[in-house]
Amino acid sequence: MFKVRVIPCLDVKDGRVVKGVNFVDLRDAGDPVEAAIAYDAAGADELTFLDITATHENRGIMLDVVRRTAEACFMPLTVGGGVRTVDDIKTLLRSGADKVSINSAAVSRREFVKEAAEKFGEQCIVVAIDAKRVKRAGGSDRWEIFTHGGRNATGIDAIEYAQEVVTLGAGEILLTSMDRDGTRQGFDLPLTRAIADSVPVPVIASGGVGNLDHLVDGVREGHATGVLAASIFHFGEFTIRQAKDHMVRAGLPMRIDP
Amino acid sequence: MSVAIIDYGSGNLHSAAKAFERAARSMEDPQAIKVTRDPDAVYRADRIVLPGVGAFADCRRGVDAVDGMLEALTEAVRVKARPFFGICVGMQLMATRGKEHVTTEGFDWIAGDVEKIVPRDENLKVPHMGWNTLDPIREHPVLERLPLGPKGRHAYFVHSYHLNAANEADVLARADYGGPVTAIVGKDTAIGTQFHPEKSQRFGLALISNFLKWKP
Repeated sequence: MFKVRVIPCLDVKDGRVVKGVNFVDLRDAGDPVEAAIAYDAAGADELTFLDITATHENRGIMLDVVRRTAEACFMPLTVGGGVRTVDDIKTLLRSGADKVSINSAAVSRREFVKEAAEKFGEQCIVVAIDAKRVKRAGGSDRWEIFTHGGRNATGIDAIEYAQEVVTLGAGEILLTSMDRDGTRQGFDLPLTRAIADSVPVPVIASGGVGNLDHLVDGVREGHATGVLAASIFHFGEFTIRQAKDHMVRAGLPMRIDP
Repeated sequence: MSVAIIDYGSGNLHSAAKAFERAARSMEDPQAIKVTRDPDAVYRADRIVLPGVGAFADCRRGVDAVDGMLEALTEAVRVKARPFFGICVGMQLMATRGKEHVTTEGFDWIAGDVEKIVPRDENLKVPHMGWNTLDPIREHPVLERLPLGPKGRHAYFVHSYHLNAANEADVLARADYGGPVTAIVGKDTAIGTQFHPEKSQRFGLALISNFLKWKP
């Protein structure tokens, strides 16, 4: 039976985990490779690295992190952040990433998704969508795409954009609600559901998880095929196993391999 | 003993090589894992692995682009009877034909076409991306002591097409994704998995170990 995925996400800056990971005794809580190994052992279904390194010179450090992770962890790894060219994708895949997530480069040039999917296959091209609810005078609310961590509005409708990138070759959508990110109030369920129901590819819900019921809601109400979370796992609030056990109790099909 | 992992410009070779190295390290009889695009090395190898990600036609072109590779591979597997492991599109290439976007000839080791998966449940997304259990169809040395079935271990899949085998006897295991999806094929000295053993944690490493021990 096919299972729902639980995906921890690590923000990495200059080769270090932002704020650290404190759920097990790690020699170095800031080392993304150690954190990855711990999540692999804990039964995470996939792992996502988001590289938030600002300078171009330091981006090579991420390739080394990916390489060392792939040597130690035999689980699916997605890497995103600053992916702008076909060459960026090639070097990440060569280093050991299984999927690459594209964000603002796809907003500014949609054809990039097509070029990437044609070159590497749709299965490894994830398009990350950061969406925010926008009030419209006289009309109903809608969700629009924002870039640069939610600072820059683009005026692009999130549902139309999701459908467009899937047509161009995105094999998966990583959907983050900028309204909910960091709030611990749960996923934006209407947004998640609206996107998941309008595209044929898997949608991973992200942004706002504060408790384990939120994970269940993302799948049940939001129709996501996977759920991504960061802080509830990194700071030891819940283990991956606790999350999965909770989801099993709620009736969701989960992978619990010893 | 040597294991050749074929480098033809496709596939996440790094992950596959590392997983085979890890599995080989824990064996009594050490085997050297070599990533190569040299047809001679493939011809001389004791075991051969063909990874592959991307589109069927692209991967086929990649194999054809290495001068003498297809001949070396065919000779080693079909004549010298060397154990062969195809992964994902590397497994699909064992089929008669691929029908992803265009029709492309496969190696024709396993009769059947590679066709789009169409789950009966329309809530199921394509690609089939994630973890699924395996339903065993037929016993095989590479499946020895692996917990299969609905309560068994999971394998990691990422694909939109699968090998629809013409002969039931060539299918070792299936997954259920709104209908049967071919997960493992096996014929003579060749096996292939639609899923990624190099991404399937301990289960994947156990399967790779079994392949490395297999003496057909």
